[in-house]
Amino acid sequence: MLAKRIIPCLDVMNGRTVKGVHFLNLKDAGDIVELGKKYSEEGADELVFLDITASSDKRKTVLEWVERVAAEINIPFTVGGGIASEKDVEALLGKGADKISVNSSVLKDPDLINRLAYSFGKQCIVVAIDAKEEGGSWVVYRKGGRERTARELFSWAREVEERGGGEILFTSMNHDGTHRGFACEALARLEEKAGIPIIASGGAGRAEDFYRVFQYGKVEAALAAGIFHYGEISIKEVKEYLRKKGIEVR
Amino acid sequence: MKIVVVDYGAGNVYSVLSAIRRLGYQAVVSGEAAVIRSADRVIFPGVGQASAAMKKIQQRGIDKLLPQLEIPVLGICLGMQLMCIDTEEDKTSGLGIFPLSVKKFRDVEKVPHMGWNTIGGMQTALFKGVREGERMYFVHSYYVPDNAFCIARCEYGGTFAAAIAKDNFYGCQFHPEKSSQAGERILGNFINQLF
Repeated sequence: MLAKRIIPCLDVMNGRTVKGVHFLNLKDAGDIVELGKKYSEEGADELVFLDITASSDKRKTVLEWVERVAAEINIPFTVGGGIASEKDVEALLGKGADKISVNSSVLKDPDLINRLAYSFGKQCIVVAIDAKEEGGSWVVYRKGGRERTARELFSWAREVEERGGGEILFTSMNHDGTHRGFACEALARLEEKAGIPIIASGGAGRAEDFYRVFQYGKVEAALAAGIFHYGEISIKEVKEYLRKKGIEVR
Repeated sequence: MKIVVVDYGAGNVYSVLSAIRRLGYQAVVSGEAAVIRSADRVIFPGVGQASAAMKKIQQRGIDKLLPQLEIPVLGICLGMQLMCIDTEEDKTSGLGIFPLSVKKFRDVEKVPHMGWNTIGGMQTALFKGVREGERMYFVHSYYVPDNAFCIARCEYGGTFAAAIAKDNFYGCQFHPEKSSQAGERILGNFINQLF
């Protein structure tokens, strides 16, 4: 049986890991290579690297950071931030990424999902969706939560899957950084309809939150950043807790 | 110890190279027959699509060379599948080293089979020091059914081959280079324990 995956995320700005609340007030959280290596050794099932300052003029620097992290870890490695073309993906895969994560670019040009899936295989394409619950409906945002779109979470998730997305990484902006638990209800609804894995993100605060998201959110994987960076809880402790509660983990 | 990672212009060899480097060895990436023939160990990686990969292998003449090798060869993921007779993926013919056919996952909850799954029934020195039920990282939509060449098995909607071996040829469906310490041990065994 497949194990539920615990995925630490490095939000990277100028070569350092940062973390904020509700996508704002970013604070330094440590060196990317040190953190990546630590998580890999601690039992992380995958590592996500999200370049949150990505702009076209900095692509080369970002590739160097990616390569430095990739050289030190022995688990699957997903990289996102500012990816807008097949060329971007090819460059990242050449520097040690196993999967790439797209978000804003595919909201502008949804056909990019089809093209990337065709060129690199769907297992390589993670589509990240940031959404906020507003008056009973989940509205999709782009540009790191700064720009509201006209799209709704569940219909967009379906379109992502139909176009060839391999996994959906859903971040609830209402929950992100609050440490009050994941958006289990919305996740369960996503999971029920999807034929591809759902990765839950936003809201992890305690080991119990991971139990709840696997038990009630039904997802295959859960991602967290802040709680791991600041040592509030370790990946090992989360896994021990889950194992005791009867959840399959590595 | 000369380790050659076969380069046929398809797929990403970065993580295989990093893993070998972390084990304290250097590998050469090459698609040239003379270089591959002179190796002590050959790693045949593969990601992507079977027919496209096979075309590139044929263009470089590697399809004739690989089955003739007498040194230990390790096919990883698609590399292992291409060492079989054929695959349902685009109805592609493989290298025919293993008399096996590759099937598509059907009647399973999610495809690809992606994530950390347990392996069992391990045989040969490739798995020396790897415990029964260890988890490896898999990501694939096609599989080799359980067969007489299996040296490790995995369950996903039924039993399938996690690893196979015949003479000097080895194949694993999971990615040892992405499977943490246990995966690195398998790569280390491939380099140190097979003769």
